[in-house]
Amino acid sequence: MRVLVIEDDQETASFLRRALKEQGHVAEYAADGQTGLELARANAYDVLIVDRMLPKCDGLAVIGALRAEEIRTPALILSALGEVDDRVKGLRAGGDDYLTKPYAFSELLARIEALARRTSPEEGSTRFVVGDLVLDRLSHKVTRGGEAIMLQPREFRLLEYLMKHAGQVVTRTMLLENVWDYHFDPQTNVIDVHVSRLRSKIDKNFATPLLHTVRGAGYTIRDSAH
Amino acid sequence: MTALTKLFRTTTFRLSLTYLALFGAAAVVAIFYIYWNTTVLLTRQLHDTIDAELKGLAEQYTDGGLPQLVRTVADRSQTPGSSLYFVADPGGRRVAGNLTSITDELSNSLGPVEFEYSRPAEGGIETRLAFANVFRLPGGYRLIVGRDIEDRRELARVIRSAMLWGLGVMAVFGIGGGYLVSRNLLARIDAIAATARTIMEGDLTGRLPVNGSGDELDRLSESLNLMLARIEQLMAGLREVSDNIAHDLKTPLNRLRNRVEAALHEPYGEPAYRQALERTIEEADGLIKTFNALLSIARLEAGAGGDNKESLDVAALVRDVAELYEPVAEERGLVLRADTVEPIFVRADRQLLGQAIANLIDNAIKYGAPERAQGGNGAEPEVSVTTEAKGPMAEIVVTDRGPGVPSSDRERVLDRFVRLEASRSEPGSGLGLSLVAAVARLHGGALKLEDNHPGLKVVLSLPAESQALLNGVAHQAPGHELRSA
Repeated sequence: MRVLVIEDDQETASFLRRALKEQGHVAEYAADGQTGLELARANAYDVLIVDRMLPKCDGLAVIGALRAEEIRTPALILSALGEVDDRVKGLRAGGDDYLTKPYAFSELLARIEALARRTSPEEGSTRFVVGDLVLDRLSHKVTRGGEAIMLQPREFRLLEYLMKHAGQVVTRTMLLENVWDYHFDPQTNVIDVHVSRLRSKIDKNFATPLLHTVRGAGYTIRDSAH
Repeated sequence: MTALTKLFRTTTFRLSLTYLALFGAAAVVAIFYIYWNTTVLLTRQLHDTIDAELKGLAEQYTDGGLPQLVRTVADRSQTPGSSLYFVADPGGRRVAGNLTSITDELSNSLGPVEFEYSRPAEGGIETRLAFANVFRLPGGYRLIVGRDIEDRRELARVIRSAMLWGLGVMAVFGIGGGYLVSRNLLARIDAIAATARTIMEGDLTGRLPVNGSGDELDRLSESLNLMLARIEQLMAGLREVSDNIAHDLKTPLNRLRNRVEAALHEPYGEPAYRQALERTIEEADGLIKTFNALLSIARLEAGAGGDNKESLDVAALVRDVAELYEPVAEERGLVLRADTVEPIFVRADRQLLGQAIANLIDNAIKYGAPERAQGGNGAEPEVSVTTEAKGPMAEIVVTDRGPGVPSSDRERVLDRFVRLEASRSEPGSGLGLSLVAAVARLHGGALKLEDNHPGLKVVLSLPAESQALLNGVAHQAPGHELRSA
């Protein structure tokens, strides 16, 4: 994955670049909005990581300029402003996701991987398959090994989101935001309990577990046989 | 600025002067109008009378010539009254009439004329004003028929002096009244200004004087006093918050620092370091959460965050949040029941209201288990969430069967960082209810804690949208405006 980091804080930028390299991604870097805009125009990136407050050209303006030129590279906005209105402003300006500082690197990584996947053709497919688990988005039916699994509507959406991002790590916050549309801290491990309920339905009576917990990050659904 | 110039500059005083000028002008116009109309009327009567006299005399003249005219004039002159007659020979001498003499000016003029004449009165001779018509008769004779109009001159004099007196009295009362009213008002304004100054100097307990008359100045003072109370409350809150921040943020920071320091000195190698680092991250995450919650509350209390209000169904939102927490409740052996019958619409920020409901349910689940009460209170382990329209308000009621909150602490637990001793065993920052209270305030609502016999009953009330508004939005699904998936 080729990532462009537009961030004016040198230390944060070099930490991000090193950490992304460790994960096998190519990370390039711009220290101000102007340079960032030029790089994003000239090269094909999979994801942009844009700091909200930048010298020369504000982060939202960079994204706005790119969108005006029909450059649709997914962009994650990093900001110290975490309130709901700021998030809404960021997404309205053309950002695809919004992460508040301070953040865990695992959260950032999971989010940019999810963003990069959005441009892949899988996004629009009507059937998700992981191993012998099949989810049909049109008929709202889930089967594993040909056996029907009954899910509550919310459980269905939870599984749908996990399977859409099969093989990727999905964080608890991402689940809360995308499955429940809540952008606040629920205080308790609510997501964990929902995931464990889902797991008991799709994994309990089967030899190979598909839904895995990734320590310190979140969850992933994948066929371990591959 | 002297006291007097200060007084003259007051709005009331200027207003009194303006009114004085206006009323004065109106009075002058009115009196003048009456005077003028009266004069016109009197003049017309005068002309009519003289014309009638002339007509009579003309008949006499036609009948018997000059001698009969002279006789008639002499006759009429005997009758006392305000009619004046004079017949003059070509030399201007009197032939008949009750005027003693005439001036050259009068004898030379012709037609209507105003003149002064003298007549004997008590203690001498008085000069009076008269109006007459002068005719030339054949043979150089002249006939003068007129009337005494001294009364008219008198009337003008009376009216003029009445006007002057009236204006004078008006001016005295106007200026005097203005002075008194302004002085009274100025004294009150000065009192308010003095209080304001002491408040600015740092004494926030000062309040503006209210004299109970309920006038506009009183109402202004009352409003300002409410504002001052709010400011005082905010300042007190700020002071308290900084104290609390010092305690509740510094303590974990200190713990964090100690742990890192201890790990540095530990000789146990990598696994120990790793464990210390992991716990450090955990601690840092906790701090970040506390910090975020504090910032949110501060922003809400400053009135920010109201930009994303939309019309939404509280009942649906409550069901939605309850569904999120239902498995957690079950895991803890509680039944979470969401009882929402009909949709109730409010104007609210979905995220903020959602968070407020989540905090209330989370609290009820954490602290609402009956076994937490001493020896258990035998009640069904149930957390219930209901929504109800109560008059103009939409109420969200969360009840539990836990130990409840003593009535003496019910106000206090809404404050930042306040955690009752009984709750210390659960993780939490003591900011949950403060945030709910702040959300309620931002939406024009309120948060109340009550007794659930046994347990705690929390009532979050928000202004409901009126039926009329509701019709337009009832068919729309409430707000999933932005969804990033």
